[in-house]
Amino acid sequence: MSRFLTLILAGLALISQASAAEVKVAVAANFSAPMQRIAQAFEQQTGHKAVLSFGGTGSFHAQIRNGAPFQVLLAADDETPLKLEAEGLGVPGSRFTYATGRLVLWSRQPGLVDDKGEVLRSGRFQRLAIANPKLAPYGAAAVETLTRLGLLAELQPRIVQGDNIGQTYQFVASENAQLGFVALSQVYADGRISQGSGWIVPASLHQPIRQDALLLKAGQGNPAASALLIFLKGEKARAVIRSYGYEI
Amino acid sequence: MTLPLDQEALAAIRLTFELASLTTVLLLLIATPLAWWLSQTSSRWSAPVGALVSLPLVLPPSVLGFYLLVAMGPHGPLGQLTQALGWGLLSFTFSGLLIGSVIFSLPFAVQPIQHAFEAIGTRPLEVAATLRASPLDTFFSVALPLARPGLLTAAILSFSHTVGEFGVVLMIGGNIPGYTRVVSTQIYGHVEAMEYAQAHWLAGGMLVFSFLVLLGLSLLKRRSGRVLP
Repeated sequence: MSRFLTLILAGLALISQASAAEVKVAVAANFSAPMQRIAQAFEQQTGHKAVLSFGGTGSFHAQIRNGAPFQVLLAADDETPLKLEAEGLGVPGSRFTYATGRLVLWSRQPGLVDDKGEVLRSGRFQRLAIANPKLAPYGAAAVETLTRLGLLAELQPRIVQGDNIGQTYQFVASENAQLGFVALSQVYADGRISQGSGWIVPASLHQPIRQDALLLKAGQGNPAASALLIFLKGEKARAVIRSYGYEI
Repeated sequence: MTLPLDQEALAAIRLTFELASLTTVLLLLIATPLAWWLSQTSSRWSAPVGALVSLPLVLPPSVLGFYLLVAMGPHGPLGQLTQALGWGLLSFTFSGLLIGSVIFSLPFAVQPIQHAFEAIGTRPLEVAATLRASPLDTFFSVALPLARPGLLTAAILSFSHTVGEFGVVLMIGGNIPGYTRVVSTQIYGHVEAMEYAQAHWLAGGMLVFSFLVLLGLSLLKRRSGRVLP
Protein backbone atom coordinates (compact mmCIF):
# COMPACT_ATOMS: atom_id res chain seq x y z
CA MET A 1 0.00 0.00 0.00
CA SER A 2 2.72 2.42 0.95
CA ARG A 3 4.55 1.61 -2.28
CA PHE A 4 1.40 2.47 -4.21
CA LEU A 5 1.22 5.83 -2.41
CA THR A 6 4.86 6.56 -3.21
CA LEU A 7 4.16 5.87 -6.87
CA ILE A 8 1.23 8.26 -6.87
CA LEU A 9 3.28 10.93 -5.15
CA ALA A 10 6.12 10.48 -7.63
CA GLY A 11 3.65 10.74 -10.47
CA LEU A 12 2.16 13.90 -9.01
CA ALA A 13 5.60 15.43 -8.64
CA LEU A 14 6.31 14.70 -12.30
CA ILE A 15 3.04 16.26 -13.40
CA SER A 16 3.57 19.42 -11.37
CA GLN A 17 7.07 19.70 -12.79
CA ALA A 18 5.72 19.40 -16.29
CA SER A 19 3.13 22.14 -15.85
CA ALA A 20 5.53 24.58 -14.18
CA ALA A 21 8.05 25.85 -16.68
CA GLU A 22 11.71 26.41 -16.08
CA VAL A 23 13.79 29.41 -17.13
CA LYS A 24 17.58 29.51 -17.41
CA VAL A 25 18.89 32.84 -16.22
CA ALA A 26 22.38 34.30 -16.66
CA VAL A 27 22.88 36.57 -13.66
CA ALA A 28 25.65 39.16 -13.30
CA ALA A 29 27.85 38.17 -10.36
CA ASN A 30 27.06 41.36 -8.42
CA PHE A 31 23.36 40.48 -8.45
CA SER A 32 23.71 36.93 -7.15
CA ALA A 33 22.59 37.50 -3.56
CA PRO A 34 19.40 39.49 -4.35
CA MET A 35 18.57 37.23 -7.28
CA GLN A 36 18.61 34.12 -5.13
CA ARG A 37 16.00 35.70 -2.88
CA ILE A 38 13.98 36.96 -5.82
CA ALA A 39 14.05 33.55 -7.48
CA GLN A 40 12.74 31.97 -4.29
CA ALA A 41 9.84 34.42 -4.10
CA PHE A 42 9.24 33.96 -7.82
CA GLU A 43 9.00 30.20 -7.45
CA GLN A 44 6.64 30.50 -4.51
CA GLN A 45 4.37 32.92 -6.29
CA THR A 46 4.27 31.45 -9.81
CA GLY A 47 5.33 27.82 -9.45
CA HIS A 48 7.89 28.36 -12.21
CA LYS A 49 11.49 27.55 -11.55
CA ALA A 50 14.40 29.91 -12.24
CA VAL A 51 17.72 28.15 -12.79
CA LEU A 52 20.45 30.67 -12.04
CA SER A 53 24.00 30.85 -13.41
CA PHE A 54 26.31 33.52 -12.02
CA GLY A 55 29.24 35.05 -13.84
CA GLY A 56 30.78 38.05 -15.50
CA THR A 57 28.64 39.93 -17.99
CA GLY A 58 31.39 39.90 -20.64
CA SER A 59 31.72 36.15 -20.26
CA PHE A 60 27.98 35.68 -20.62
CA HIS A 61 28.01 37.79 -23.77
CA ALA A 62 30.62 35.53 -25.34
CA GLN A 63 28.81 32.40 -24.19
CA ILE A 64 25.42 33.54 -25.50
CA ARG A 65 26.95 34.45 -28.86
CA ASN A 66 28.33 30.94 -28.98
CA GLY A 67 25.04 29.25 -28.33
CA ALA A 68 24.70 29.09 -24.53
CA PRO A 69 21.12 28.09 -23.72
CA PHE A 70 20.31 31.07 -21.45
CA GLN A 71 16.83 32.48 -21.80
CA VAL A 72 17.09 35.63 -19.72
CA LEU A 73 20.13 37.81 -19.13
CA LEU A 74 20.43 40.03 -16.08
CA ALA A 75 23.49 42.01 -17.10
CA ALA A 76 25.71 44.27 -15.03
CA ASP A 77 25.51 46.99 -17.68
CA ASP A 78 23.20 48.36 -20.34
CA GLU A 79 25.63 47.94 -23.25
CA THR A 80 25.72 44.15 -23.40
CA PRO A 81 21.93 43.69 -23.66
CA LEU A 82 21.88 46.43 -26.30
CA LYS A 83 24.59 44.65 -28.28
CA LEU A 84 22.88 41.28 -27.97
CA GLU A 85 19.66 42.80 -29.22
CA ALA A 86 21.49 44.35 -32.17
CA GLU A 87 23.10 41.00 -32.90
CA GLY A 88 19.64 39.44 -33.15
CA LEU A 89 20.08 37.35 -30.00
CA GLY A 90 17.62 39.27 -27.85
CA VAL A 91 13.91 39.84 -28.22
CA PRO A 92 13.42 43.47 -29.39
CA GLY A 93 11.61 45.68 -26.91
CA SER A 94 12.18 43.36 -23.94
CA ARG A 95 15.09 45.37 -22.49
CA PHE A 96 14.64 47.31 -19.26
CA THR A 97 16.75 48.56 -16.35
CA TYR A 98 16.13 46.35 -13.35
CA ALA A 99 18.65 48.03 -11.05
CA THR A 100 21.28 50.75 -10.96
CA GLY A 101 24.36 49.56 -9.20
CA ARG A 102 26.68 51.43 -6.85
CA LEU A 103 30.40 50.95 -6.55
CA VAL A 104 32.06 50.77 -3.15
CA LEU A 105 35.68 50.87 -2.07
CA TRP A 106 35.68 48.19 0.56
CA SER A 107 38.03 46.58 3.06
CA ARG A 108 37.51 43.74 5.48
CA GLN A 109 39.42 45.77 8.10
CA PRO A 110 37.24 48.10 10.14
CA GLY A 111 38.46 51.69 9.99
CA LEU A 112 40.82 51.28 7.02
CA VAL A 113 38.54 52.95 4.50
CA ASP A 114 37.38 56.46 5.46
CA ASP A 115 34.18 58.00 4.15
CA LYS A 116 35.98 60.09 1.54
CA GLY A 117 38.19 57.40 0.05
CA GLU A 118 41.34 59.23 1.17
CA VAL A 119 42.88 55.85 1.96
CA LEU A 120 43.65 55.56 -1.76
CA ARG A 121 46.15 58.41 -1.37
CA SER A 122 47.58 57.17 1.93
CA GLY A 123 49.53 54.22 0.59
CA ARG A 124 48.45 52.20 3.64
CA PHE A 125 47.68 49.16 1.54
CA GLN A 126 49.55 46.76 -0.72
CA ARG A 127 46.92 45.49 -3.10
CA LEU A 128 43.85 47.07 -4.60
CA ALA A 129 41.48 44.57 -6.22
CA ILE A 130 39.26 45.55 -9.12
CA ALA A 131 37.24 43.47 -11.57
CA ASN A 132 38.70 43.05 -15.06
CA PRO A 133 37.63 46.32 -16.73
CA LYS A 134 37.45 44.66 -20.14
CA LEU A 135 34.89 42.13 -18.91
CA ALA A 136 33.09 43.61 -15.93
CA PRO A 137 31.19 46.91 -15.79
CA TYR A 138 32.11 47.36 -12.11
CA GLY A 139 35.74 47.03 -13.15
CA ALA A 140 35.29 49.66 -15.84
CA ALA A 141 33.61 51.95 -13.28
CA ALA A 142 36.53 51.41 -10.89
CA VAL A 143 39.06 52.39 -13.55
CA GLU A 144 36.96 55.42 -14.45
CA THR A 145 36.83 56.46 -10.79
CA LEU A 146 40.59 56.09 -10.36
CA THR A 147 41.13 58.08 -13.55
CA ARG A 148 38.87 60.90 -12.34
CA LEU A 149 40.73 60.95 -9.04
CA GLY A 150 44.01 61.13 -10.97
CA LEU A 151 45.27 58.01 -9.20
CA LEU A 152 45.24 55.35 -11.90
CA ALA A 153 48.88 55.63 -13.00
CA GLU A 154 50.13 55.86 -9.42
CA LEU A 155 48.13 52.87 -8.19
CA GLN A 156 48.53 50.68 -11.28
CA PRO A 157 51.35 48.57 -9.75
CA ARG A 158 49.11 47.71 -6.80
CA ILE A 159 46.07 46.70 -8.82
CA VAL A 160 45.09 43.05 -9.03
CA GLN A 161 42.22 41.94 -11.23
CA GLY A 162 39.47 39.48 -10.53
CA ASP A 163 37.85 37.72 -13.43
CA ASN A 164 34.49 39.11 -12.40
CA ILE A 165 33.14 41.06 -9.44
CA GLY A 166 32.51 37.82 -7.53
CA GLN A 167 36.18 36.87 -7.63
CA THR A 168 37.19 40.44 -6.84
CA TYR A 169 35.06 40.28 -3.70
CA GLN A 170 36.73 36.97 -2.81
CA PHE A 171 40.19 38.59 -3.05
CA VAL A 172 39.16 41.32 -0.60
CA ALA A 173 37.06 39.10 1.66
CA SER A 174 40.01 36.70 2.10
CA GLU A 175 42.18 39.80 2.76
CA ASN A 176 44.68 38.82 0.12
CA ALA A 177 43.92 42.33 -1.12
CA GLN A 178 43.44 44.89 1.64
CA LEU A 179 41.21 47.08 -0.52
CA GLY A 180 38.96 46.55 -3.48
CA PHE A 181 36.30 48.16 -5.62
CA VAL A 182 33.31 45.83 -5.36
CA ALA A 183 29.59 46.12 -5.87
CA LEU A 184 27.75 47.70 -2.96
CA SER A 185 25.26 44.83 -3.14
CA GLN A 186 27.99 42.40 -2.10
CA VAL A 187 28.70 44.08 1.23
CA TYR A 188 25.39 45.76 2.00
CA ALA A 189 22.64 44.53 4.26
CA ASP A 190 19.87 46.25 6.22
CA GLY A 191 20.76 49.71 4.99
CA ARG A 192 24.46 49.70 5.83
CA ILE A 193 27.79 48.11 5.00
CA SER A 194 27.59 44.96 7.05
CA GLN A 195 31.26 44.44 7.92
CA GLY A 196 34.68 46.01 7.52
CA SER A 197 34.82 49.55 6.22
CA GLY A 198 33.77 51.12 2.95
CA TRP A 199 33.41 54.27 0.91
CA ILE A 200 30.39 54.36 -1.35
CA VAL A 201 31.85 55.96 -4.46
CA PRO A 202 29.85 59.07 -5.44
CA ALA A 203 27.81 58.40 -8.57
CA SER A 204 29.40 61.48 -10.14
CA LEU A 205 32.80 59.75 -10.42
CA HIS A 206 31.73 57.20 -13.00
CA GLN A 207 29.04 56.52 -15.59
CA PRO A 208 25.94 55.16 -13.89
CA ILE A 209 26.02 51.37 -13.70
CA ARG A 210 22.65 50.76 -15.28
CA GLN A 211 21.95 47.06 -15.17
CA ASP A 212 19.59 45.91 -17.89
CA ALA A 213 17.60 42.74 -18.28
CA LEU A 214 16.95 41.16 -21.64
CA LEU A 215 14.74 38.35 -22.87
CA LEU A 216 16.94 36.24 -25.09
CA LYS A 217 15.78 34.56 -28.29
CA ALA A 218 16.11 31.16 -26.60
CA GLY A 219 13.51 32.29 -24.04
CA GLN A 220 10.94 33.57 -26.48
CA GLY A 221 7.66 31.79 -25.89
CA ASN A 222 8.74 30.35 -22.55
CA PRO A 223 6.03 31.36 -20.05
CA ALA A 224 8.49 31.20 -17.16
CA ALA A 225 10.85 33.65 -18.86
CA SER A 226 8.21 36.31 -19.44
CA ALA A 227 6.78 35.73 -15.97
CA LEU A 228 10.21 36.29 -14.44
CA LEU A 229 10.69 39.59 -16.28
CA ILE A 230 7.26 40.77 -15.08
CA PHE A 231 8.08 39.65 -11.57
CA LEU A 232 11.36 41.61 -11.65
CA LYS A 233 9.44 44.81 -12.39
CA GLY A 234 7.05 44.20 -9.50
CA GLU A 235 7.21 45.85 -6.10
CA LYS A 236 8.14 42.65 -4.27
CA ALA A 237 11.32 42.19 -6.32
CA ARG A 238 12.13 45.89 -6.23
CA ALA A 239 12.01 45.91 -2.44
CA VAL A 240 14.59 43.13 -2.39
CA ILE A 241 16.73 44.94 -4.99
CA ARG A 242 16.69 48.18 -2.98
CA SER A 243 17.54 46.38 0.23
CA TYR A 244 20.91 45.47 -1.33
CA GLY A 245 21.82 49.08 -1.99
CA TYR A 246 20.77 49.33 -5.63
CA GLU A 247 18.76 52.25 -6.88
CA ILE A 248 15.65 51.61 -8.90
CA MET B 1 49.23 43.71 -41.16
CA THR B 2 49.70 43.98 -37.44
CA LEU B 3 51.99 41.74 -35.51
CA PRO B 4 49.97 38.70 -34.42
CA LEU B 5 51.57 38.69 -30.98
CA ASP B 6 51.52 42.02 -29.18
CA GLN B 7 53.66 43.17 -26.26
CA GLU B 8 51.27 41.72 -23.72
CA ALA B 9 51.30 38.32 -25.39
CA LEU B 10 55.09 38.28 -25.54
CA ALA B 11 55.29 39.23 -21.85
CA ALA B 12 52.88 36.41 -21.03
CA ILE B 13 54.93 33.91 -23.03
CA ARG B 14 58.17 35.00 -21.33
CA LEU B 15 56.56 34.79 -17.91
CA THR B 16 55.12 31.35 -18.66
CA PHE B 17 58.53 29.99 -19.62
CA GLU B 18 60.18 31.54 -16.55
CA LEU B 19 57.54 30.01 -14.33
CA ALA B 20 57.76 26.61 -16.00
CA SER B 21 61.59 26.54 -15.90
CA LEU B 22 61.83 27.51 -12.24
CA THR B 23 59.05 25.10 -11.33
CA THR B 24 60.88 22.29 -13.11
CA VAL B 25 64.18 23.00 -11.32
CA LEU B 26 62.49 23.20 -7.93
CA LEU B 27 60.46 20.08 -8.61
CA LEU B 28 63.50 18.00 -9.57
CA LEU B 29 65.21 19.09 -6.35
CA ILE B 30 62.17 18.24 -4.24
CA ALA B 31 60.86 15.21 -6.11
CA THR B 32 64.11 13.25 -6.46
CA PRO B 33 64.76 12.65 -2.73
CA LEU B 34 61.03 12.20 -2.16
CA ALA B 35 60.76 9.63 -4.95
CA TRP B 36 63.89 7.85 -3.65
CA TRP B 37 62.43 7.58 -0.19
CA LEU B 38 59.08 6.37 -1.56
CA SER B 39 60.81 3.74 -3.68
CA GLN B 40 63.05 2.40 -0.88
CA THR B 41 61.08 2.75 2.32
CA SER B 42 58.91 0.17 4.00
CA SER B 43 57.65 2.77 6.45
CA ARG B 44 53.95 2.79 7.19
CA TRP B 45 54.01 6.46 6.23
CA SER B 46 54.82 5.70 2.61
CA ALA B 47 51.20 5.01 1.63
CA PRO B 48 49.76 8.25 3.06
CA VAL B 49 52.70 10.29 1.72
CA GLY B 50 52.28 8.71 -1.70
CA ALA B 51 48.58 9.51 -1.67
CA LEU B 52 49.28 13.09 -0.57
CA VAL B 53 51.76 13.56 -3.42
CA SER B 54 49.21 12.25 -5.92
CA LEU B 55 46.35 14.44 -4.69
CA PRO B 56 46.86 17.20 -7.30
CA LEU B 57 46.17 14.59 -10.00
CA VAL B 58 42.57 14.24 -8.94
CA LEU B 59 41.74 17.50 -7.16
CA PRO B 60 40.14 20.16 -9.33
CA PRO B 61 42.35 23.26 -9.65
CA SER B 62 39.56 25.26 -8.07
CA VAL B 63 40.06 23.35 -4.81
CA LEU B 64 43.82 23.88 -4.87
CA GLY B 65 43.40 27.52 -5.88
CA PHE B 66 40.85 28.18 -3.19
CA TYR B 67 42.93 26.61 -0.41
CA LEU B 68 46.08 28.31 -1.63
CA LEU B 69 44.29 31.66 -1.57
CA VAL B 70 43.10 30.99 1.97
CA ALA B 71 46.49 29.64 3.09
CA MET B 72 48.39 32.57 1.61
CA GLY B 73 45.99 35.15 3.06
CA PRO B 74 46.91 37.12 6.19
CA HIS B 75 45.10 34.63 8.44
CA GLY B 76 46.29 31.49 6.68
CA PRO B 77 49.30 29.47 7.92
CA LEU B 78 51.44 30.32 4.90
CA GLY B 79 50.45 33.98 5.02
CA GLN B 80 51.32 34.24 8.71
CA LEU B 81 54.68 32.61 8.08
CA THR B 82 55.60 34.88 5.16
CA GLN B 83 54.44 37.95 7.08
CA ALA B 84 56.51 36.94 10.11
CA LEU B 85 59.52 36.57 7.81
CA GLY B 86 58.85 40.04 6.45
CA TRP B 87 58.07 38.87 2.91
CA GLY B 88 54.50 40.14 2.91
CA LEU B 89 51.76 38.11 1.28
CA LEU B 90 52.45 35.67 -1.56
CA SER B 91 49.10 35.91 -3.30
CA PHE B 92 49.25 37.85 -6.59
CA THR B 93 53.04 37.46 -6.76
CA PHE B 94 55.32 35.40 -8.97
CA SER B 95 56.58 33.51 -5.90
CA GLY B 96 53.01 32.64 -5.02
CA LEU B 97 52.44 31.24 -8.51
CA LEU B 98 55.68 29.30 -8.22
CA ILE B 99 54.55 27.63 -4.99
CA GLY B 100 51.18 26.87 -6.54
CA SER B 101 52.82 25.36 -9.64
CA VAL B 102 55.20 23.19 -7.62
CA ILE B 103 52.32 21.75 -5.61
CA PHE B 104 50.14 21.39 -8.69
CA SER B 105 52.78 19.50 -10.72
CA LEU B 106 54.33 17.50 -7.88
CA PRO B 107 52.88 14.10 -8.93
CA PHE B 108 54.08 14.66 -12.51
CA ALA B 109 57.63 14.86 -11.20
CA VAL B 110 57.54 12.31 -8.37
CA GLN B 111 55.84 9.44 -10.15
CA PRO B 112 58.18 8.99 -13.16
CA ILE B 113 61.24 9.28 -10.92
CA GLN B 114 59.81 6.86 -8.39
CA HIS B 115 59.03 4.33 -11.12
CA ALA B 116 62.54 4.69 -12.51
CA PHE B 117 64.06 4.06 -9.07
CA GLU B 118 61.80 1.06 -8.55
CA ALA B 119 62.74 -0.35 -11.96
CA ILE B 120 66.41 -0.49 -10.94
CA GLY B 121 65.61 -3.24 -8.45
CA THR B 122 67.68 -4.12 -5.41
CA ARG B 123 70.52 -5.93 -7.16
CA PRO B 124 72.62 -3.01 -8.48
CA LEU B 125 72.31 -1.33 -5.08
CA GLU B 126 73.38 -4.49 -3.26
CA VAL B 127 76.33 -4.90 -5.58
CA ALA B 128 77.35 -1.34 -4.87
CA ALA B 129 77.05 -1.98 -1.15
CA THR B 130 79.30 -5.06 -1.36
CA LEU B 131 81.85 -2.85 -3.10
CA ARG B 132 81.71 -0.69 0.03
CA ALA B 133 79.93 2.23 -1.57
CA SER B 134 78.25 4.40 1.04
CA PRO B 135 74.46 4.82 0.65
CA LEU B 136 75.01 8.39 -0.53
CA ASP B 137 77.64 7.23 -3.02
CA THR B 138 75.32 4.49 -4.25
CA PHE B 139 72.56 7.00 -4.76
CA PHE B 140 74.67 9.42 -6.77
CA SER B 141 76.80 7.02 -8.80
CA VAL B 142 74.40 4.12 -9.30
CA ALA B 143 70.74 5.00 -8.71
CA LEU B 144 70.66 8.49 -10.19
CA PRO B 145 72.39 7.62 -13.51
CA LEU B 146 70.20 4.55 -13.96
CA ALA B 147 67.08 6.64 -13.31
CA ARG B 148 68.01 9.21 -15.94
CA PRO B 149 65.07 8.48 -18.29
CA GLY B 150 62.67 8.93 -15.37
CA LEU B 151 64.29 12.23 -14.44
CA LEU B 152 64.00 13.44 -18.01
CA THR B 153 60.35 12.42 -18.24
CA ALA B 154 59.70 14.17 -14.93
CA ALA B 155 61.36 17.35 -16.15
CA ILE B 156 59.43 17.40 -19.43
CA LEU B 157 56.10 16.64 -17.77
CA SER B 158 56.62 19.23 -15.01
CA PHE B 159 57.54 21.88 -17.54
CA SER B 160 54.66 21.24 -19.91
CA HIS B 161 52.14 20.73 -17.14
CA THR B 162 53.11 24.12 -15.67
CA VAL B 163 52.77 25.73 -19.09
CA GLY B 164 49.28 24.24 -19.26
CA GLU B 165 48.28 25.30 -15.77
CA PHE B 166 45.22 27.52 -15.65
CA GLY B 167 42.78 27.24 -12.79
CA VAL B 168 45.23 27.78 -9.96
CA VAL B 169 46.79 30.80 -11.68
CA LEU B 170 43.38 32.28 -12.31
CA MET B 171 42.46 31.96 -8.65
CA ILE B 172 45.64 33.22 -6.97
CA GLY B 173 47.26 35.31 -9.71
CA GLY B 174 45.19 38.48 -9.96
CA ASN B 175 45.96 38.83 -13.68
CA ILE B 176 48.91 41.25 -13.35
CA PRO B 177 50.74 41.77 -16.67
CA GLY B 178 54.38 40.74 -16.39
CA TYR B 179 53.97 39.10 -12.98
CA THR B 180 51.05 36.70 -12.91
CA ARG B 181 49.43 36.86 -16.33
CA VAL B 182 50.58 33.68 -18.09
CA VAL B 183 49.66 32.42 -21.54
CA SER B 184 46.71 30.31 -20.42
CA THR B 185 45.05 33.17 -18.51
CA GLN B 186 45.87 35.58 -21.34
CA ILE B 187 44.04 33.28 -23.77
CA TYR B 188 41.10 33.06 -21.38
CA GLY B 189 40.96 36.86 -21.16
CA HIS B 190 40.98 37.20 -24.94
CA VAL B 191 38.24 34.60 -25.36
CA GLU B 192 36.06 36.19 -22.68
CA ALA B 193 36.53 39.61 -24.30
CA MET B 194 35.74 38.03 -27.68
CA GLU B 195 39.15 38.97 -29.10
CA TYR B 196 39.21 35.71 -30.98
CA ALA B 197 42.03 36.66 -33.38
CA GLN B 198 44.54 37.18 -30.55
CA ALA B 199 43.19 34.10 -28.77
CA HIS B 200 43.77 31.99 -31.88
CA TRP B 201 47.44 32.90 -32.18
CA LEU B 202 48.22 32.01 -28.58
CA ALA B 203 45.92 29.00 -28.40
CA GLY B 204 47.23 27.60 -31.66
CA GLY B 205 50.79 28.07 -30.46
CA MET B 206 49.98 26.28 -27.24
CA LEU B 207 48.43 23.38 -29.13
CA VAL B 208 51.49 22.95 -31.35
CA PHE B 209 53.84 23.28 -28.36
CA SER B 210 51.98 20.66 -26.32
CA PHE B 211 51.83 18.25 -29.23
CA LEU B 212 55.55 18.59 -29.90
CA VAL B 213 56.37 18.00 -26.22
CA LEU B 214 54.32 14.83 -26.06
CA LEU B 215 55.66 13.64 -29.40
CA GLY B 216 59.21 14.20 -28.17
CA LEU B 217 58.40 12.36 -24.97
CA SER B 218 57.09 9.27 -26.71
CA LEU B 219 60.03 9.22 -29.14
CA LEU B 220 62.33 9.49 -26.16
CA LYS B 221 60.56 6.65 -24.40
CA ARG B 222 60.86 4.43 -27.44
CA ARG B 223 64.56 5.10 -27.74
CA SER B 224 65.36 4.66 -24.06
CA GLY B 225 63.24 1.50 -24.14
CA ARG B 226 65.60 0.09 -26.73
CA VAL B 227 68.71 1.03 -24.78
CA LEU B 228 67.56 -0.11 -21.36
CA PRO B 229 66.71 -3.74 -20.65
